[in-house]
Amino acid sequence: MIIANGVTKTYGTECVVDNVTITLPAKGITSIIGPNGAGKSTFLSMVSRLLDMDKGTVTVDGLDVTKAPGDVLARRLSILRQDNHMTARLTVRDLVSFGRYPYSKGRLTIEDKTHIDDAIGYLNLVELEGRYLDELSGGQRQRAFVAMVLCQDTDYVLLDEPLNNLDMKHAMAMMKLLRRAANELGKTVVLVLHDINFASWYSDYIVAMRNGKVAHQGPAEAIIRPDILSDVYDMDIKVHEIGGQRVSLYYE
Amino acid sequence: MQPDQSSGIIVASPWYKRFVPSVTLSRPILVLVILGVLALVSIVCFMTLGARGSWSFVLPFRGRKLLSLIVVAYAVAMSTILFQTVTNNRILTPSIMGFDALYILIKTGLVFFLGIGALTTLDTQAQFVVEVLVMVAFSGLLFRWLFLGQERSLHLLVLVGIVFGILFRSVSQLMQRMLDPNAFNVLQDSFFASFSTTDSSLLVISLVIIGAVSVVMVRLMHTYDVLSLGRAQAINLGVNYQRTVVTILVLVSVLVAVSTALVGPITFFGLLVASLAHGLVGSSRHKYILPAAALLAIICLVGGQTVLERVFEFDTALSIIIEFLGGIVFIFLILRRAAR
Repeated sequence: MIIANGVTKTYGTECVVDNVTITLPAKGITSIIGPNGAGKSTFLSMVSRLLDMDKGTVTVDGLDVTKAPGDVLARRLSILRQDNHMTARLTVRDLVSFGRYPYSKGRLTIEDKTHIDDAIGYLNLVELEGRYLDELSGGQRQRAFVAMVLCQDTDYVLLDEPLNNLDMKHAMAMMKLLRRAANELGKTVVLVLHDINFASWYSDYIVAMRNGKVAHQGPAEAIIRPDILSDVYDMDIKVHEIGGQRVSLYYE
Repeated sequence: MQPDQSSGIIVASPWYKRFVPSVTLSRPILVLVILGVLALVSIVCFMTLGARGSWSFVLPFRGRKLLSLIVVAYAVAMSTILFQTVTNNRILTPSIMGFDALYILIKTGLVFFLGIGALTTLDTQAQFVVEVLVMVAFSGLLFRWLFLGQERSLHLLVLVGIVFGILFRSVSQLMQRMLDPNAFNVLQDSFFASFSTTDSSLLVISLVIIGAVSVVMVRLMHTYDVLSLGRAQAINLGVNYQRTVVTILVLVSVLVAVSTALVGPITFFGLLVASLAHGLVGSSRHKYILPAAALLAIICLVGGQTVLERVFEFDTALSIIIEFLGGIVFIFLILRRAAR
């Protein structure tokens, strides 16, 4: 369980994340949605200790993220952000191997190798494992990074806009994969998503943010409703039920 | 971290495979072996070529010079690679960011505020230790502020570095103008060190310092590859980012102080060596890049000095040639980045 208590971040006079108190359930997929500038990514960065918070605390299974030792947390919680610029020239396999660093500090054991092979197989990267990252398409690179995060084998996986750079097919495959990871491996996946239909289709729990605050939260079916979505995005959104799934239409 | 399946693999050709167990040599290892041999050759040439008179004089005389060249090569190579890893870029080096100008400023400042007595009464080694300590304190503050807050754009950092470099140089020049002529003479003498005249009393203390720095460097070895993934990934993978980066920046300042004290500022040498090392090795693993950069630096300095002294028969221009080549590499890197 991730518990955020009074989390606040201010840049100058602008309060980007304003006193957010929320409990994210363990297991399953939780999506954070909301318009641009709602503070979704900033909130996720603070939960994953990439960004210092001005006020408040975040605990993950009782561990305070600002106080717990880095390597203990790294075995409990992993984070993948949208921009992964790096100067190092690495192959896919090299990158995925870094996922084992919290366990082996760079000296890979047989067990680590199994994890690496599993993660590479899980994301269908076997043919690409010897390729350098700069020779891959945006979508392939994204998958390589997700493989690294899975290889880290943490209970909590935080992803900031994992569908960025992905076409429909790969976006669908990525969400299916995360669904599988949640179902089969018992992971807790927390995502920032822009596509509310993906959120509707694949999430168990949805948190809707607006102006740095949590506007609504609840099970997916409680949030994907025209009145709530229109309120969050400040526009007219229609929700239709098709084949038992809720689909939002907002194109005009 | 794991065998390199990816990098170019050289396999013994099939017909004699029966007799030789198939030899596989990955590209980084091969590059290291070749560089090692070249470095050895330049060292041997430096020690023996054109030697006249008794060996018992020539060997210790040239040995001292050789040792200081190697110390400088090692310090510049390590400090540049580690600095680039920590700042996650391939263009900035400690010298470009004005580290060595800072050292000059500190030395000038000591004479300016404590008087010439500081230079003449304090023995060279004690004086050096004081300078290194002040240097670490100042650069620690400066680079903590620059590199630990949020991630800053590379262009801003280049600009800040150049501005700081000019500031440090101008302030030292101002202080030097205000010194009395005697003090200025003594001070200037200590700046005009070059590759052919290094202070041998500094050499011992430099070796001690370099040894201590190397111990810490080896202990941190496993974090370098992770740090080169960038701040967010390093934190995600459990590196104590703040502490590790500050430690590495302290090591870098000490290494820069050592090399600047021995031969004076050389702006683009580190960049030249680091870029060559990355290009040749092809992998980003620090266990290959660090030794490759050190060997390349030794080849450039010792080999270059040999060629200049023995082939062209003049002494002073090595730094000019290195700066010229390094400057071209710098412009090339900037342009290639702009083109992307």
